Amino acid sequence: MHPSLTNAERQIGLGLAVGLALLGLAMAAMARDGAMAVHGAIALALGLGLVFRLGGALYDAAPAGPDRAARYDDAPTRFGITMTLAWAMIGMGAGIWVAALLYWPEGTPPWPATSFGRLRPVHTTGIIFGFGGNALIATSFWVLQRTARARLADAISPWVVLIGYNLFCTWAVTGYLMGSTQSKEYAEAEWYADLWLVVVWVIYFALYLRTLARRAEPHIYVANWYYMAFILVVAMLHIVNNIALPVSLAGAKSYTVWAGVQDAMIQWWYGHNAVAFFLTAGFLGMLYYFLPVRSGRPIWSYRLSILSFWGIVFFYIWVGSHHLHYTALPYWVQTLGMTFSVMLLVPSWASAGNAIATLNGAWGRVRDDATLRFMFVAAVFYGLSTFEGSFLAIRPVNSLSHYTDWTVGHVHSGTLGWVAMIIFGAIYTIVPQLAGREAMAWPKAVEWHFWLAVLGTLVYVIAMWNAGITQGLMWRTYDANGALSYSFLQSVQAMAPYYLLRTIGGLMFLTGAAICALNCRATLRAATARDLRNDRPLAAQPAE
Amino acid sequence: MRNPSDPRALPGADPHTGNRLVDPVTGYDTTGHDWGGIRELNTPFPRIAVIALLLTFLYSVITWILLPAWPTGNDYTRGLLGLDQGRMARDGYQAVDATRQGWLAGFSDPDFAALASDDLLMAQAMPAAARLFADNCAACHGDAGAGGPGFPALNDADWLWGGAPETVAETIALGINATDNSRFAEMAAFDWLEPAERQALVDHVVALPQGTAATDSPGAVLFADNCAACHGDGGTGGLMTGAPSLADGAVIYGQDAAAVRTTLRHGRRGVMPGWSGRLSGTEINLLALYVATLPEAAP
Ligand code: HEC
Ligand code: HEC
Ligand code: HEM
Repeated sequence: MHPSLTNAERQIGLGLAVGLALLGLAMAAMARDGAMAVHGAIALALGLGLVFRLGGALYDAAPAGPDRAARYDDAPTRFGITMTLAWAMIGMGAGIWVAALLYWPEGTPPWPATSFGRLRPVHTTGIIFGFGGNALIATSFWVLQRTARARLADAISPWVVLIGYNLFCTWAVTGYLMGSTQSKEYAEAEWYADLWLVVVWVIYFALYLRTLARRAEPHIYVANWYYMAFILVVAMLHIVNNIALPVSLAGAKSYTVWAGVQDAMIQWWYGHNAVAFFLTAGFLGMLYYFLPVRSGRPIWSYRLSILSFWGIVFFYIWVGSHHLHYTALPYWVQTLGMTFSVMLLVPSWASAGNAIATLNGAWGRVRDDATLRFMFVAAVFYGLSTFEGSFLAIRPVNSLSHYTDWTVGHVHSGTLGWVAMIIFGAIYTIVPQLAGREAMAWPKAVEWHFWLAVLGTLVYVIAMWNAGITQGLMWRTYDANGALSYSFLQSVQAMAPYYLLRTIGGLMFLTGAAICALNCRATLRAATARDLRNDRPLAAQPAE
Repeated sequence: MRNPSDPRALPGADPHTGNRLVDPVTGYDTTGHDWGGIRELNTPFPRIAVIALLLTFLYSVITWILLPAWPTGNDYTRGLLGLDQGRMARDGYQAVDATRQGWLAGFSDPDFAALASDDLLMAQAMPAAARLFADNCAACHGDAGAGGPGFPALNDADWLWGGAPETVAETIALGINATDNSRFAEMAAFDWLEPAERQALVDHVVALPQGTAATDSPGAVLFADNCAACHGDGGTGGLMTGAPSLADGAVIYGQDAAAVRTTLRHGRRGVMPGWSGRLSGTEINLLALYVATLPEAAP
């Protein structure tokens, strides 16, 4: 971190690190329960670590000023990618564990922290926020600077954002391990972690806007619109869904202010738009940058990219109620969610189609370059899972699929097939450039990763489709005498082969990701001093 | 300095003619924007996207007309079909109920003996009862009612409260030790006995099902004084106190020395939930007949 900072910036950083350590100390000292005390200790340790790191380098040689201003600030991106891969291992590892527990529940060890209930949110949070979020932040810095032709507005904010964000993720998952949770899906982290994330997020959005304001390009590229929608809407969702009253300022436990069906609606308004703006909008920004760059092709249709951006932003906000079909939620709200979900298909497919049409004229490269193939497969799975989503949102279809593993299959065709694939495509594009190399250290390993990922996704998703449809049918089949044909237990027993297959598919996917992490490490270690980033020179910048 | 609206001023444009780059693959020119090498084609808006948007919008409008859809202050548009999801759910349940009524009606105020001898009826009813058992009871009593540690077997003809369908129905409806109305079964703790006395009792109780228990040992005497009131003379049970027979080896917690020692030290108070609020009386009767016939069905 410190080599990218001037001496003055290191002093500011040191001050912030001391502040963080003090905050941690205060939390640990005040805490009346274990979770908050541990979290205070984590913040204290992190703050002290940063104090030593920055304090020790306070008077080391700083980067030459004018030279620095003429280059993009890629050190945060590098750190963000490292964290992306670390969280991939944590999140996917927890995923394999809970998948195996579903197949073999008796295998649960006697410690609560190893049980399904505690580890499932570790998996979802580790993947969505740890893996996905770090990838979004890291690539957003990369894309923003290059499409604006401007260096990040200051050198400290990106570090505050990344370190602060990872502290949030760490607080969240360690809290779940200790049984501390708000019990809101994808928003399980307790109140102080939520507040902390708000601070981090505001700094992130301000950094984005300040950098855009310095841009040397007259127009703002569509990828930036997506990234901004991601940051802005996630802030709104996060704040509204997490409004809660802590039982005590010295404890982790809090209660949400929302109640009853309003609570359910707000939770799924949040939940679905987390899918929309966290797992979709930001990653579309990634797609819109890395696909044309890697394929060397112009975006197929400028107009289509505008239509899909506004279509997605407008329609998505309405559709959360399709998670609450046939519940106490009034019928009319369900109807609106259903119809807007169907209309949403058009802008979704417009994006997928635009991406695939962009590859016209580059199919030879898709065949030869596994990195580009990752992006192609991502676009295909994006199209697939949005079609499936709109289909599942239709009430009678949902009556079959809801509460079954079909939903889980849908989710993973989106997250493995789309989100993870585009992340890997972006990583394989960025990492060689960071290392000043033409290619990854082990180009063959990228091929292996690609096929493991595709195969793993297919095994996982097909197993869950079968599982879900089997469950749905077993739950609703009556015999001639009006009695249910199957007991619930039988429907659970019928899942065993699918759960085993799912575990195997997940293992394949994790193996691929581990190969990716090792490959990135080898590439970054073999870095050359050359600068192979074929960037345009930065426009002249005002002094920072 | 050129006027910014001059096409020649746009990036990517030829500074003399103002022409933009034409993509050789598609034959379209680009919009002239250029972001670090990314360009966008000036492709005309694809007609199919507009048609698709109109079609999905048409679908939505039709749906909004037919179904409850838009809020109007304190009310909402009801839709031409006049659907109400609560009523639809009730109708659905009633429709399923109707298919059961034919054979289920006999169980509402049952003559169990008559029902059990009606083979046709049993062929219809028992599969349904088996599912009801699997969904509500198997979690504790096991798949085929074979029981397990802490949960009595229901397929062995050794009953705590009796295996006549009427009695079983009452057990199911009331539960055991669950509420104030439940059947009450408490094995008090005998922690006040001397350890040696407890050991003598343990030896005696362990020997009971093996038929090797002496009738005049200290254990037998202690048993007759302290235990027989509930467990019956010789521990044969059947007194409707919920105390199991200790003579036939079919018990809840186990009749090895360690289990018996725990029982005596700490007492026992197993809980069986009452089902009268959760299952209908008819369903409870159906289950009672099913449970009562489990021993016959057991291998
Ligand atoms: C939560 C666990 C649990 C469930 C669920 C449960 N039972 Fe029980 N059941 C018990 C226990 C424990 C006992 C023994 C209570 C005692 O210790 O006296 C028992 C006792 C019984 C008895 C008395 C047996 C005898 O020998 O007299 C019957 C009959 C019975 N259960 C039937 C059912 C039926 C039918 C169902 C489903 C509707 C059911 N149980 C569901 C735990 C359960
Ligand atoms: C007040 C009545 C009562 C008395 C007196 C009594 N028991 Fe019990 N005993 C019960 C009941 C009721 C149960 C079943 C407990 C349950 O349902 O969980 C039981 C259970 C047991 C069991 C456990 C059987 C199993 O299912 O694993 C043993 C062993 C036992 N009694 C032995 C004794 C001995 C020995 C004595 C005398 C020292 C004794 N009991 C006195 C009522 C009594
Ligand atoms: C047009 C776009 C989409 C629509 C209309 C849609 C619709 C749906 C529907 C109807 C459900 C099931 C709700 C239920 O029965 O419980 C669902 C679940 C889910 N979808 Fe999608 N989906 C879309 C795209 C995506 C994408 C691209 C992803 C991932 C990147 C995704 C991730 C999820 C997740 C995580 C859930 C699970 C929520 C839960 O925990 O229950 N969806 N979606």
